[in-house]
Amino acid sequence: MFYPDSFQVSTPSDREIQVTRDFNAPRRLVFDAFTKPELVRRWLLGPPGWTMPVCEIDFNVGGTYRYVWRHEADGKEMGIGGVFREILAPERVVATEKFDESWYPGEALDTTVFVEKGEITRITITVLYDSVEARDTARRSGMERGMAAGYNRLEELLGALRACSTVGI
Amino acid sequence: MSSASRLDATFAALSDATRRAILARLASGEASVNELAAPFAMTQPAISKHLKVLERAGLISRGRDAQRRLSRLDAKPLREASQWLAEYRQFWETSFKRLDGLLNELKTTAKKRKRRPNVLSR
Repeated sequence: MFYPDSFQVSTPSDREIQVTRDFNAPRRLVFDAFTKPELVRRWLLGPPGWTMPVCEIDFNVGGTYRYVWRHEADGKEMGIGGVFREILAPERVVATEKFDESWYPGEALDTTVFVEKGEITRITITVLYDSVEARDTARRSGMERGMAAGYNRLEELLGALRACSTVGI
Repeated sequence: MSSASRLDATFAALSDATRRAILARLASGEASVNELAAPFAMTQPAISKHLKVLERAGLISRGRDAQRRLSRLDAKPLREASQWLAEYRQFWETSFKRLDGLLNELKTTAKKRKRRPNVLSR
């Protein structure tokens, strides 16, 4: 049985983006699938055509992880890494996140929560966009908040623009 | 501008309700500052400020005629921002579907292990 309908992307606050999904498996298994490199590299691949040549996880508080994805057709690579801040197996993992080619200033903080409900495990990933740089620079942090608010409103605006239908989005 | 910084500029420009309303208005055709200011309780200079932000983000272009500087919508950055969001969704959606399959496989393995504990504990 699959639960694709439970997939949701939302923006709980100005600086957060949240992904939720239910899985038909015990929490321990889902937790392993998110934290063991030999399992992570088998599913965290995005759309077809991408491979994951690097998937390193030192699963300890203060330990680092590094993922690199590669688009085989054109050789384009995308890397991400961070440090584990909190580990409470099999319930909660907090880690920093930074893309090699970042589109936002500083680091983001990812919190992944695993909740078991009967046969189902619900995962919630919350990405909090923040950084020392952003804190130090008001303009930049303003920009960051603006970006998150942008997600909130983008779909709404695109709906309005689509209704006008002259812009071809 | 790199595509990442253009995305930044697009999202920053979209963070304001007045600017979103201006864009929605421009989607139905060109408009002057006066026409754009009319639905808002705002002065013309305040609207002009918003137009400058939208212009810098590449979301609108403005005519040269000083009398009637018409603003018009440029949809390309919006398409890029929309595409980024769609890609973000798609990344997780396709990955999670794959994970469904992997979890089924892991559950089957776990069951087999339970059934034959002696074999595997050796």
